[in-house]
Amino acid sequence: MSPELGRFALALACALALAQAVLPLSGAQRRDARLMAVAPGLAIGQLIALAYSFLCLIYAAVTDDFSVSNIAENSAVSKPLLYKITGVWGNHEGSVLLWALILGICGAAVAAFGRNLPTALRARVIGILGGVAAGFELFCLTTSDPFDRIWPAPMDGQGMNPLLQDPGLAFHPPILYTGYVGFAVPFAFAVAALIEGRVDAAWGRWVRPWAVAAWCFLTCGIALGSWWSYYVLGWGGYWFWDPVENASLIPWLSGTALMHSAIVVEKREALKIWTVLLAIGTFSFSLSGTFLVRSGILNSVHAFANDPARGVFILGLLALVIGGSLTLFAWRAPSLTAGGLFSPVSREGMLVLNNILLCSLCAVVLTGTMYPPFMSLLFGKTISVGKPFFDAATVPLALPLFAVMGIAPMMPWKRARMWPVLRRLQAAAIAMLVALAVSLWGLKGVLPVLASAFAVWVIASSVTDIATRIALFREPFSRSLGRLRGLSRSAVGTAIAHAGVGVTVLGLAGMSQAQHRIVEIAVGQTEHLAGYDWTLTDVRTRPGPNYTALAARIEIRRKGRIVAVMHPEKRSFNAQNQTTTEVSIHTNLLSDLYGVIGDQHGDAAHRTYVLRLHYNPLAPWMWLGALVMALGGFLSLSDRRIRIAAPRRIPVGTAHVDAG
Amino acid sequence: MKRKTRRLWLVVACVAGLGTAAGLTLNAFSSNIVFFMTPSQVAAHPPAPDHTVRLGGMVVAGSVRRELHGETPVNRFDVTDGQAAVTVRYEGILPDLFREGQSVVAVGTAAAGGGFTASEVLAKHDETYMPKEVAEALQKSGKWDPKFGPPPDASSWSSMTARDGRTARGGS
Repeated sequence: MSPELGRFALALACALALAQAVLPLSGAQRRDARLMAVAPGLAIGQLIALAYSFLCLIYAAVTDDFSVSNIAENSAVSKPLLYKITGVWGNHEGSVLLWALILGICGAAVAAFGRNLPTALRARVIGILGGVAAGFELFCLTTSDPFDRIWPAPMDGQGMNPLLQDPGLAFHPPILYTGYVGFAVPFAFAVAALIEGRVDAAWGRWVRPWAVAAWCFLTCGIALGSWWSYYVLGWGGYWFWDPVENASLIPWLSGTALMHSAIVVEKREALKIWTVLLAIGTFSFSLSGTFLVRSGILNSVHAFANDPARGVFILGLLALVIGGSLTLFAWRAPSLTAGGLFSPVSREGMLVLNNILLCSLCAVVLTGTMYPPFMSLLFGKTISVGKPFFDAATVPLALPLFAVMGIAPMMPWKRARMWPVLRRLQAAAIAMLVALAVSLWGLKGVLPVLASAFAVWVIASSVTDIATRIALFREPFSRSLGRLRGLSRSAVGTAIAHAGVGVTVLGLAGMSQAQHRIVEIAVGQTEHLAGYDWTLTDVRTRPGPNYTALAARIEIRRKGRIVAVMHPEKRSFNAQNQTTTEVSIHTNLLSDLYGVIGDQHGDAAHRTYVLRLHYNPLAPWMWLGALVMALGGFLSLSDRRIRIAAPRRIPVGTAHVDAG
Repeated sequence: MKRKTRRLWLVVACVAGLGTAAGLTLNAFSSNIVFFMTPSQVAAHPPAPDHTVRLGGMVVAGSVRRELHGETPVNRFDVTDGQAAVTVRYEGILPDLFREGQSVVAVGTAAAGGGFTASEVLAKHDETYMPKEVAEALQKSGKWDPKFGPPPDASSWSSMTARDGRTARGGS
């Protein structure tokens, strides 16, 4: 019974979302306070219906209800409970429902936290979120029904790909989707502003926290996905530059630009039209990323042909949301008034530079991702671009971005002079030169050397920024400490997030120096790699719950002293006729030792095993840096000004905000 | 500065940024695009040795050989599209899903004395799925038409292609 209740709840949510779109929007247009007032209630009602529907699907999965075709295809009795629950969003239908649920949470969050917003703006924002939600819930109901029943119900489900049964991947989709969907809120604010024909400093201040929150989740989601592919897939790398990964990187880049340009709107009322466009663009990238690329429609014409209803529906929906908002933009944007003046050398100027560089990067990644499918669609040529392309095209754009990142936070608003800022960054520049010298001596390749020097520059200048603000070493330490307490959390958050970028880039530069060896050796033999002695001491077969494993034991010594003992495995799942690789990783936070066991060869007397051994310097820093970035973002979200301040709208005409 | 001068600055900066991006992209495209080729194409027109290509087809059954060079394992196997076969040399661990008689994509360069040196072997598929490029190449070569149902069973494929592959190799 409960799958039917779940489907009913989904249909109810869809109806509520439709009402949420129509009533507040028309109310705001007619200045009807009663119609506008229903918006928060509808948004919360929609969330409750969606949550109930989602719980029904989880209940069906946990109770092994194989009469639901989605559960039968993706679950099995023998699957652990955790993966029965997380498996709900491990397939297309469930992930669409999760997507809608998160959008519902966003709408309810605006209803709950948006009490300070002007009534009309809030009604419009919630209404637009409702419209988007209605479209995707209809998509879920009509073409990707997760509650579809099959008859006769099978005794057991087909099970889940063992590769996906991993805690890292289990929580990757919700976090990533929260990032994707979170950009729906800035999008809704942008469309509402276009309808109102008004963008001002207060608008910038309202939008920015939502963009920052979405960005934090997206950052964590991307890092988690990359970490998963590093430790589960066992190929020693961390980023494949495949369309699915790029689909998350593109909105991340444009979202980062949005987060920064919204500052300029908030502080200086400039870049208004551009920020609105970025908000629309970022959500459009998120949408097309999730639905075109992740679902594989664009990658293979066959997926489209297999299920034309789904493909046509999603293309129509995307065209409506993206095309509609861009049309509205083209129509209304010219009516937005031009913003304040600033000189090229100023904080605004630096943020403009940040936006240009980030958007150029975004365009490069977008081109690299879209070119191959378009070539195959239009000219029937099968080509692909990979790491060499993206390295050659993105790194030269990223380096000036890092250079600007160090200077911009210390630059005064409106009009500035370069020299005083650079003089305060003396220490950071010296640190950078030292890093350059060290990496010239220690690293191979031009780009890694430059990247690590700039990474040190970013970290050092972030530290300098905070040190200058609290007058460290210029005043007694206790007073500096007091200043640190009084420092706005958004300034500290900025410095931390920027330092996080530096940490990640150092990790990337370190990983470019990774070494690996593939060897075929017998038990007892020793290999040398990166100053370590790796000895294969034992290999045995070990039975698991639903697999048999070939388990190796590798002792790693450095100068005769044992550093680590590794236990990589190769697991054969008989039910699915599939093998997976269990990587063994030993990390000391400065480098990862990474071992993989492959096939065994030879007869019992001369048995040899293929091993792949990796030495990955600074590998953990890539993900730690992403965590630090997200931490900085969350810290700036907790800023007093965002939590408490209810920015009042200044009546039109007198709008002028002083530099903050 | 006047509003106009400032706007000019902005435009110049934007054009410079996007121009650099476009230049970098085109430059990277010209040297880093990887084309997909079938074994018959590689046999007929071997790509330049410094040019990376993706070679896709079926692994000829019984063609996988393994040698040890010192302690480095070297795999050799033939990849065929039913018209010609190319011997691929690959140092390393073949992926978990690599099977004889099933489809595979090898990324690498054409070797000097004929054949192909792979830096990466991809077999991201199970028994029913084959990489899009391989499926298309098989359709072009006339070995499989999706109109007549799913691709033939892997075992029948391998016996069929193994024979074709061997004759092609004998001829070259």
